[in-house]
Amino acid sequence: MLRNTKSSYGLIAKSFHWLSAVTILALFISGIWMTDLDYEHFWYDYAAHYHESVGVLFAIFVIFRLLWRQINIKPNFSETLSVVELKAAKLAHNLLYLLCIMIIITGYLIPTADNRGLDVFTWFTVPSLGSFHHQQADFSGKAHYLLSWGLITLSFIHALAACKHHFIDNDNTLKKIL
Amino acid sequence: MKKILMPILAAGSILAFSASALSADYIIDTKGAHASINFKIKHAGFSWLTGRFNNFDGRFSYDKSDISASNIKVNIDTSSIDSNHAKRDKHLRSDDFLDVEKYPTASFSSNKFIDKGNGKMEIIGDLTFHGVTKSISINAEKIAEGNRKDKYLAGFSGTTELILKDFNIKKSLGAASTSVYMDLHIEGIRQ
Repeated sequence: MLRNTKSSYGLIAKSFHWLSAVTILALFISGIWMTDLDYEHFWYDYAAHYHESVGVLFAIFVIFRLLWRQINIKPNFSETLSVVELKAAKLAHNLLYLLCIMIIITGYLIPTADNRGLDVFTWFTVPSLGSFHHQQADFSGKAHYLLSWGLITLSFIHALAACKHHFIDNDNTLKKIL
Repeated sequence: MKKILMPILAAGSILAFSASALSADYIIDTKGAHASINFKIKHAGFSWLTGRFNNFDGRFSYDKSDISASNIKVNIDTSSIDSNHAKRDKHLRSDDFLDVEKYPTASFSSNKFIDKGNGKMEIIGDLTFHGVTKSISINAEKIAEGNRKDKYLAGFSGTTELILKDFNIKKSLGAASTSVYMDLHIEGIRQ
């Protein structure tokens, strides 16, 4: 079924989740790789261009995902979860969304610090909001980098937790999203 | 009383007059932005890429009747590099190039002024940049000096070439970009 039920996520929520996971991983790896590239490397400019383009599309997608989440019922947490696990899970999930949003904002502020718009492939350009901080590209860049490591680390813990529930507790936590 | 006062006044006025015959001190007018530190370097051999350092300050001492007695000191905020491109400037500030976190200031301190006549001069001094102090030579000339409204101004221009390797710049910008050419313009307000 497309929409969520009390016992499972719907097809749409499931595909949103895994699409996010793949995209976030790809953006993270490309981000680390592209900033290490030599000036002479063919991909020095292109890698950043694709990373930014996918980043903007992901930003639009996140908005839709959050809206979909709002208008849908949330499946119940498995009864096997303790009070601590319940609190941790809700906190982690909210933090994952918050990190995504902050990473998107800080990412946008890097190339637009010089009033240049951000080109999304050859389709459209996101206008610049100008510079808010005199060292915006550096400051935002550092924040973007640190937040990204935070997101990847939290995602890893999130995945480990799901495996714990699936393989150790033998509950339906992982099955709900698969 | 008069016997003590007059000699003192006389001595004072002599000192005042002789002060104007010695080097005059100037502050570089960065408040009014009547000075600029510009650079140009080849972009992969295809064109000249220009930029500047927006934040710097300096003072100099200059007397047109004895140019060799002049001196100048300039401090540059390396993080103020501005080539009109956010991503490029971000990379330039990183440890691949300027490493501004480690070396936030570059400075030039003159040791010698050589008068070449006709307002032209050679300024030899120490440039401390990216953790390296090296003697460099600036080809300079006076543009003009004189009164303007309530101030006395003196303006100069200078050029010099800096070899990136000499200052331990890590990354290479290609074979056509081993040197960066500085284009310096300063206007001082006499103090």
